[in-house]
Amino acid sequence: MSWGTDGLTVRYGDRVALDEVSMEVPAETVSAVVGGDGSGKTTLLRALVGLVRPAAGSVRRPSRRRLGYFSAATGVYPDLTVEENLDFAAAGYRVGAATSRRRRGELLEVAGLSGATRRLGGQLSGGMRQKLGVVMAMLHEPELLVLDEPSTGVDPVSRAELSSLLVRAAASGAAVLLSTAYLEEAERAAHVVVLDRGSVLTAGAPDALVASVPGVVVRVGERPRPPGRSWRRGAGWRQWVPPGERAPAGAQPAPVDLEDAVIVAALGRGA
Amino acid sequence: MTPLAAAPVAEAAGVTRFFGSFAATDHVDLHVGAGEVVGLLGANGAGKTTLMRMLLGLLRPTGGAVRLFGLPPGRAVRRRVGYVPQGLGLYEDLTVAENLAFAASAYRTPEVDAPGGELRRAAHTLVRDLPLGLRRRLAFAVALGHDPSLLILDEPTSGVDPLGRGALWDTIRDVAARGAGVLVSTHYMEEAEYCDRVVVLVAGRVVVSDTLERIVAGRTALEVRAARWDVAFRTLDEAGMVPSLRGRSLRLVGADERRVSAVLAEAGVDAALGHVPASFEEAFVDLVTGEAAR
Repeated sequence: MSWGTDGLTVRYGDRVALDEVSMEVPAETVSAVVGGDGSGKTTLLRALVGLVRPAAGSVRRPSRRRLGYFSAATGVYPDLTVEENLDFAAAGYRVGAATSRRRRGELLEVAGLSGATRRLGGQLSGGMRQKLGVVMAMLHEPELLVLDEPSTGVDPVSRAELSSLLVRAAASGAAVLLSTAYLEEAERAAHVVVLDRGSVLTAGAPDALVASVPGVVVRVGERPRPPGRSWRRGAGWRQWVPPGERAPAGAQPAPVDLEDAVIVAALGRGA
Repeated sequence: MTPLAAAPVAEAAGVTRFFGSFAATDHVDLHVGAGEVVGLLGANGAGKTTLMRMLLGLLRPTGGAVRLFGLPPGRAVRRRVGYVPQGLGLYEDLTVAENLAFAASAYRTPEVDAPGGELRRAAHTLVRDLPLGLRRRLAFAVALGHDPSLLILDEPTSGVDPLGRGALWDTIRDVAARGAGVLVSTHYMEEAEYCDRVVVLVAGRVVVSDTLERIVAGRTALEVRAARWDVAFRTLDEAGMVPSLRGRSLRLVGADERRVSAVLAEAGVDAALGHVPASFEEAFVDLVTGEAAR
């Protein structure tokens, strides 16, 4: 069984938050939804786990007991200890005592939280709290694990630990879907969906998205006038030359990465 | 050039700050020159915010000296500094125009430098009703209204989409091109490419201060390509070498290739190994964990 959405549309009043979004979330894979604030990432994830009702289209997901969901708004109780938070999650998902003990030992170790089991949730640093929230969401070995911006505000070392948790879930067969605003994080996923203003801007494996950029991207030293189709990268500029158009004289082709590919897709749509 | 004009825009010399017995910063040396964009990278609790607060004159160093434009931080130099905190520092119950007017009167700039486009159209909207992207642009407009010579930004682009992030960095680079120094903290290595120099803090100490190219140069990751990545992952994981996943290939930083090869062979996992240039993030984690183990 493959999880995902088919022609999913979500409205909040008159506003269309998601417009016919179709995506696959395959098993044994880490997939990523990328987009900025207001792109519809959170709505897509909430609809996938059943917290938002579709106006049209459908959602394929396992039963609630086989589903794990993390968002900054869910999860860790500040007045319970780490241990108690995990007991609470285990009871909620009806994880047996033996399984719970084995799983939490492993996961807390990977998350770098083994030494903090008696600390109160409210006393954890932002990064530790995010990691605990993710451990709670995957304690019951869900078939589909959905995480809304698990790494926002988390430093690079904790991000690596978070990433190990997710890879471990995928390695034991789960379909993992995370959302992020950062492409270096999305670049590590096997499959990426880029959302822009509620619809899919582009989707595919990161390498394929980079390889399929139409036309060429060139490096330009000065800000082009007018600036349309150009963006800043580092201390210089990139300019997209669509197929059939001539590059500016003397411009050198630039290596393209996922960030450039997403920007070209946005420019192609007329952002 | 007079000696004063040649002084760095911001400078920390051997700056230590204790909270109780905990050293939040430990003999930190840092300088930001005019026209320079310096990135401050580090884990949570590495001392980034403490250092920024000392530069802003909000916190006194326990030892060492902080200088802005060659002078100690204080009221006289504060007017030449623009600051965008993580929370953006806007008044939510004032309109866009009122926030700008308030900042202008605080800095005694003669006229509110009204920004164009969407912010102008939202002039009479309460800040609490603005989308986050516009709030961020307003926070920049407020911090830049008095034409500061030093701009301090604490994680300015979190949650912004790629095109929007490019636009914010464009503003930052423009400020530097006009001669101001910029100190910007970030969690993301992909942002470091916009900086002229990157300073990495680990547990309150500076472990490297260099260009991104030089920090990443020569560092490699070991790539493991196996028909079944999940089997290869579990095998390496059980041997205590936790790889990261990139698409369907595994990557290890700082691992011994012969040992990886032996572990996989012993478990009967057929895999191809190769060295690839480390990503920014891998270089950073390598640097930080290597330093912590020292």
